[in-house]
Formats: sequence, C-alpha cells, structure tokens
Amino acid sequence: MAQVSLRRLVKEYEGGVQAVKGIDLEIADHEFVVLVGPSGCGKSTTLRMIAGLEDITGGEISIGGTVVNDIPPRDRDIAMVFQNYALYPHMTVFDNMAFGLVLRKFRKEEIQRRVMEAARILDITQLLDRKPRALSGGQRQRVAMGRAIVRDPKVFLFDEPLSNLDAKLRVQMRTEIKKVVQTVRTTTVYVTHDQVEAMTLADRVVVMNGGIIEQVGPPQELYHRPATRFVAGFIGSPAMNFIPARVEPASGALNLRLPGDILLPIPPERSDRYRSQGGREVLLGIRPEHLTETRQGRATYADLEVVPEVIEPMGMETLVHFHMEGTRDLCARLDPTIPAAPGQPLRLTADLANMHLVDPQSGKVL
Amino acid sequence: MASDATIARNAPTVAPRAAPPTTLQKMARRRSTVAFLLTLPLLGVIGGLVAWPAAYAIYLSTLNRRMTAFIGLENYAILLDNDTFRMVIWQSCFFAITAVILKALIGFWLAHMLHHIPTKGQRIWRGMLLVPWVIPPALSTLGWWWMFEPSYSSINWLLSVFSVPPVPWLGEKWWARISVIIVNVWYGAPFFMIMYLAALKSVPDQLYEAADIDGATGWQRLRYVTLPMMRNIISITVLFSLIVTFANYDIVRVLTNGGPRDLTHVFASYAFQVGVLSGNIPRGAAVSLFMFPLLAVIAYFVLRGINQRTKEIGA
Repeated sequence: MAQVSLRRLVKEYEGGVQAVKGIDLEIADHEFVVLVGPSGCGKSTTLRMIAGLEDITGGEISIGGTVVNDIPPRDRDIAMVFQNYALYPHMTVFDNMAFGLVLRKFRKEEIQRRVMEAARILDITQLLDRKPRALSGGQRQRVAMGRAIVRDPKVFLFDEPLSNLDAKLRVQMRTEIKKVVQTVRTTTVYVTHDQVEAMTLADRVVVMNGGIIEQVGPPQELYHRPATRFVAGFIGSPAMNFIPARVEPASGALNLRLPGDILLPIPPERSDRYRSQGGREVLLGIRPEHLTETRQGRATYADLEVVPEVIEPMGMETLVHFHMEGTRDLCARLDPTIPAAPGQPLRLTADLANMHLVDPQSGKVL
Repeated sequence: MASDATIARNAPTVAPRAAPPTTLQKMARRRSTVAFLLTLPLLGVIGGLVAWPAAYAIYLSTLNRRMTAFIGLENYAILLDNDTFRMVIWQSCFFAITAVILKALIGFWLAHMLHHIPTKGQRIWRGMLLVPWVIPPALSTLGWWWMFEPSYSSINWLLSVFSVPPVPWLGEKWWARISVIIVNVWYGAPFFMIMYLAALKSVPDQLYEAADIDGATGWQRLRYVTLPMMRNIISITVLFSLIVTFANYDIVRVLTNGGPRDLTHVFASYAFQVGVLSGNIPRGAAVSLFMFPLLAVIAYFVLRGINQRTKEIGA
C-alpha cells in the first residue's frame, strides 16, 4: 500500500514568500495524480517536498502510512523522473538504471534481471551500452523512466518530464508513460503545466494556483464542472470564453444581458439555480465548442451576431476569434465547411445548456 | 570612324571575359590560407618563445662544456652517473608528486567548503584564499624564509608556546624538504581550489538530487557523481601543476638554495647551479631537459583521456 497524504502542507522561503499555502491532498494507492497549474503555482515545490528534496515549513507528508517529514529522500522509497532527465553522463544506460540497485546492494543477477525487464518494457534493450550523450531526447526520457521502474518504488514522481521534447515526441511519450504506469501499477504523482498532458494522463487532476489547490477531480469533472473561474479558464484548449453579463429576471424566466444589448435566455432547467442572482453582474463562461455555427432544435440554443477578427482553419474545425464590448479575445469553434471571413458579420449559436456563471468578485462558479 | 561606330552598335553584346585567376589569387581566396595568415602572429610567438628555445636547449645539451664539439648524449650519461644528480631526480619526483597530491587534496577540500557556503560570504573567502596565489612567489617565499629562519622563526616561537622544541626547518635534510613542499603547497593550493570550485559549480544539482533519490550517501555522491564529473578538470589541473612543479625554481632558490648539501635541489635549481653558476651550460641544459620525455608521455595520455571523455560525456 502506498497512498500519499499531504496535510496542511506549507512551504515558505526566506523573506516570507509562501510557495505552498497549507494544502491537503489524499492520493490513493495505485492512483495517477497530476498536479497542474501555471508557473509559480507551487506544483513542483509540492512534488519536491514529497521527494524530500525540499524541506517542509509546516504540515505533514506521509507515504504508505509513514510520516516522512524528516526522512531523507533515499529512505522514502520513491523514484523520480526529472525535467532534464538527470542521467549520469559518465555512466552507460545500464549503469544509470542499475545505480539505485547497486547502492541498495542488490545481487548482481537481480540487478541484471530488473534492468533487462525494464529495458524490455521501454524498448531500450539495444541502448544499454550507450552513454546518455549518444541518445536522443526521447531515448533519454525512456532511460530516466527505466531508472525509476527498476527500483519498484512505492511512488513514482514525475517533474515535467516531457517539457524538453518537441511537440510530436511529447504526444508519443505521453502515451508511453501512460502505458508504462498502467503496466507497473505504482502510485504516481506527475507535475506539468500542460493541461492537455494532465487531462490525458490523470486518474485525478489537481489544479493549483498561487500555492493553493483550486480543485481536485477526474479530468471530465474538471472540464465540465469547474469550481472556479481559474479552473474553468485553465482547463480546455482553446480556453473558455468569459463575457461580462447581467442576470435579468423577465416574467418568471431569467435572461442574460451581454454587451451590445444582446439578450440570451437562461434555459428553464438552470433558472432555479440562478434565480438568486437576479440583477447581479456575472461572467458568462462558455467553451468555444459551445459557441458554434447557427443551429436549431434545442431550447437551450441562443443566437448572437459577431464580427470575426481572425479565422484559424484547423482542418477538422475552424476557430473564429472575435471580441465583444468589455471582453478580450473570444473564440468560437465552427464546422470547417461554414464560410467565415474577417470583418464579415457571422451568426453564432451559444449552447447555454453548457454555460457557467461566475461570480466576478469571488471567482467561484455559481 | 563612322563605320567603326556602326559596327560597334550592331555587334552582339559580349560580356567582357574575366582573366582566369592566378595561382596566387586562388591561394589568397582559400579559407585555409586566410586562416593561416590570421594565426601567423601566434605561430610566430610560439615559434620564437617556445619552439626555438626548446630546440636550442636540446642542441646545447649535445655540446661539450666549451660548446665547441658535438658529444651526443654524453652529458646525459655523465649526469646519470652522478650521485648528486640521481638525488636531484629523486628529490624532484618526491617534491613534485607530494606537492601536487597535497595541493590537489587541499584545493579540493577548500573548494568543497567554499561551494557549500552562501554566495555572499563565499566571495570574501574566495578572495582571501586566493591571496597566496597572487603574491609573487619569490616575495612570499622570502616571508616563509623569515618564518623558518632558525634565529627569529615565528613558527618555532609558536611551537615553544606549546613547549615543542625548536625545529631546524631549513637546516636538516627532511625538514628542509618538507619546508619546500609546505611553501609550494601554500602557494599552489589556491589554483587547485579555484579550478575545482568552477568544476563543482558546473555539476548540475539535479544529478545530486537523482543520486539522493537513488539512495546515495554523502560519500557515495562524492564518489559516483562529483569525482567522475570533475575527472577532466582534475586531470588537466594535476597535469598542469605537475609540469609547473617539476619546473619550480624560485621557491627552492629563495628558501634553501638547494641546501643543505644539495639535498633539496630540484631540476630547475640544479640546472641553474650547473649551467649558470658553474658555467657548464650544455650540462645545465641536459639537466633541465631530463624530465621532458617522461612529462611529454604523461601529457599525451592525460590529454588523450580527456579528449575521449569529452567525446563520450560532453563534459
């Protein structure tokens, strides 16, 4: 059993700067958890505290039920894959992978068996005699993973392991990592700033911002039911659109008044939820895929006219960028067959069944 | 005239054909020629200050005392037969090897200590520890001579405070040898320190973190990460220092002048004594050239090792 628990975890640097502000997180045995957030949100610091590479200012970390606050990294039974792989350049691939086992005084045959097995899983058997310098980025990444696998640790820690790879290789290695972790079934904590990586890899995603956890949940939950404006805006690509609006009661129903006097009816099934917001200024959050070419057939559809500024044909879809009064760049996702041109008025349909209303003051999704 | 002009107007336009470049022009256009010309000043300096004196010294060492006849390797044969010279070989090797080992160890220790103190304080310590290296050695050795001098020795005075009897620093064979080594180490260790400090700073922190997670203790980190990562710097520093220490002259000359009874002479000081003071320049040249083949072979293997490692690990 290797569950990881973080309780009221705090990291404060000299000068009183708090990188992590008392977070709580329970990671179950065999779970793949991804910590995601922008630079400086405290995700890497949290991972390094779990690894024992950073001292803890306050709180408690336990691995497999044992509090490890004062236990050095070598005794925590963890393995870590670093952003720049941290392979020992003077050792061969085999020696790099075997190093942890040699230090732990494993028998030679056992070391040989484990390294060969990991090399087979990662398809690097033919590279075992090479030095890291003679490997490509992707191969180095595999070796770094191999070094972690051979140890058969309680917890795998990944610190932005794909950041140094080009876009194509990153997608390929993402799949490889998922495959490997599914094979070895070890509790994994993975840090990234890339929300696509987080969504595709995680059993649960932990969204961090400014040293706190904004929301924890399975990828789909975070996508469809974000708790805060930050999560709503961070998860999803292109990002969710936010449009200032006012909730206006109108003879038993509710409308949203957008800039430019556009009036959108709030679907009846969501009216009860927002009734108390009548007369208040809110932010309408709607994803680009719910802002599409004109459609009909659902009560939740509402039309609006916009003037496109930039058209981005992506092949399977076309992204239309426009703006409304008081907003920055807004984006709609259109079928590629729909003709759209910059400066030519275009009618769009907003599917309000998938809208979110955000309290502009607290940033909470209402 | 008019018909000439008409002919010229009607004639088809032909571009004037350029004359084929001469061999000299071709050479001047070649990148290798330009590169050679640009490096010529440096080649001139090396030729004038290194190659020519070295070749001339080799030539001198094959002449008789009056420099009138070629005697081949006889100077070397005579030297090898000479007890004092055999002692000089032994003393030079003992001096150079002991001093370089001590300088390397102390330099590494100092570098390690400096590396682990905060940057702010590090600058002051680094500056202070470099002082011995920036003082001209002839001057600093004079200071040491005063400290070792039997009548006014401050070191002996310090020892007497702890009831230790006075030590004949420069008067007794082994103490004199140790004194020469102490001064050389004092002067040379800061060079090792600064080189090793730079090397330590270039070892990525993540390698240590990876080693920590792999289960390495402090000693294992040093053995499996720090030392292999510093191997090239260690090799080049030791080689450089070995050559310079073998050629050391000023410390021995100022501190002991080769005494007592020629027992602290090294190649350079003995070469000066034989060649300049005793007026046998060819034999003096033979003394100073004696270690050249051995050091050249050592240098070749060390530099080959460094090249190989650089190719393999890119460090």
